[in-house]
Amino acid sequence: METVACHECDLLQRVPELPSGGKAKCPRCGNTVASRPTASLDRALALTVTAAIVFILAHTTSLMGLSAVGRSSSTTIFGGVLQMWEDGERITAVIVMFCAGIAPGVYIAFLLTVLAATRRPPAPLWVGEMMRWSHHMHPWSMNEVMILGILVALIKIAELATVEAGIGMYAMGGLVVLFPAIALSIDEHEVWESIEWADGREPPRFRAHDASRGGASR
Amino acid sequence: MTPAVLTAAQAGLVSCETCSLLSRPVNLAEPGYCPRCGGELALRHNNSIQYTWALVIAAAICYIPANMLPVLNTSALGKDEPDTIISGVIFLYTSGSWPLALIVLVASVMVPLGKLIALAYLLITVQRRSIRSNRERTRLYRLVEFIGRWSMLDVFVDTFTVALVQLQPLMSVRPGAGVLFFAAVVVLTMLAAESFDPRLIWDSSSTPKGHHA
Repeated sequence: METVACHECDLLQRVPELPSGGKAKCPRCGNTVASRPTASLDRALALTVTAAIVFILAHTTSLMGLSAVGRSSSTTIFGGVLQMWEDGERITAVIVMFCAGIAPGVYIAFLLTVLAATRRPPAPLWVGEMMRWSHHMHPWSMNEVMILGILVALIKIAELATVEAGIGMYAMGGLVVLFPAIALSIDEHEVWESIEWADGREPPRFRAHDASRGGASR
Repeated sequence: MTPAVLTAAQAGLVSCETCSLLSRPVNLAEPGYCPRCGGELALRHNNSIQYTWALVIAAAICYIPANMLPVLNTSALGKDEPDTIISGVIFLYTSGSWPLALIVLVASVMVPLGKLIALAYLLITVQRRSIRSNRERTRLYRLVEFIGRWSMLDVFVDTFTVALVQLQPLMSVRPGAGVLFFAAVVVLTMLAAESFDPRLIWDSSSTPKGHHA
């Protein structure tokens, strides 16, 4: 049993020990207040490592190529941003760079560090700081929006020239699946139980493992 | 629903937005930092209503040039042709891909407008201390939060069209001034949704003379 307050309506409630794959919803507003993924943190780490590799692939290989009347061109994600910058739309270029590259990149890199560090509790406090930043980055990582945008662009251009999808496009498709998979497999409760407290206390998981059981009441 | 509900604020507790830990600060008005993750605690988002209104109004102003100004300028064989978002949708429709035209129309025109109306409605009902259909209003907020990112669609379409169609001197596409305003609408409405605190919807029902953020 743990007492929590709903993030969306502030209702205090006791959440019982959830079974694997279980979810607890707020009785007042219906928001999910707690969940326990079936996957272990090890699987979340494996998924994040995969996502990191696919992310690098998506950003270094060609997204799509075009050929018309004997001329051809191709572009990467960064190539698109660069063209936008050179054409004078600098603020837009920065926004696209943030949503397409920086936010998802920081999200993956920080989660990777968090998941690797929590394998040996207690993890130091800066790991929690990284967890918070990855939270902030999540809504701004727009992989699935970007891939739909690229598809629309492809179909528009297909009217004028021959276009073909590159490796980067398939890698992006992989990221669209991997990101929600990671989000679903991370047990945030378990992560927070493995990180040192800001006020200097050791995390409950470590304490329980070390000596007295049930010292985690708070 | 039982009338005897207790919120964390009523019990003198603050829930951390990052790690969900409940803590009992000495002073509820200035709760300080979370003892577990060190994140800044706040009973409700700071000046939530003012910030959200400011962002909504800014986004509403940007929405007009975003739709009036061209987002793309196509020059082919010495002929310049500006394209607004709507003319892009019409192009997709006439070229036979009406499902895509519908997706772009919904994501670029209807979703941003719907978000602005929804956020304004939520703000007004919170300010009038409405206690009706709280659950539905929370659901509306969740929808706004979930759907907001999809408006970025057209910005990505424009970016990659510009990047790819560079076949000088035959044909090239350059971004128009509308793209900036359009991206601004999306970013501002996303920030507005983040700064709005859904707990305010419920506060009027639980605290008769409670404090507003």
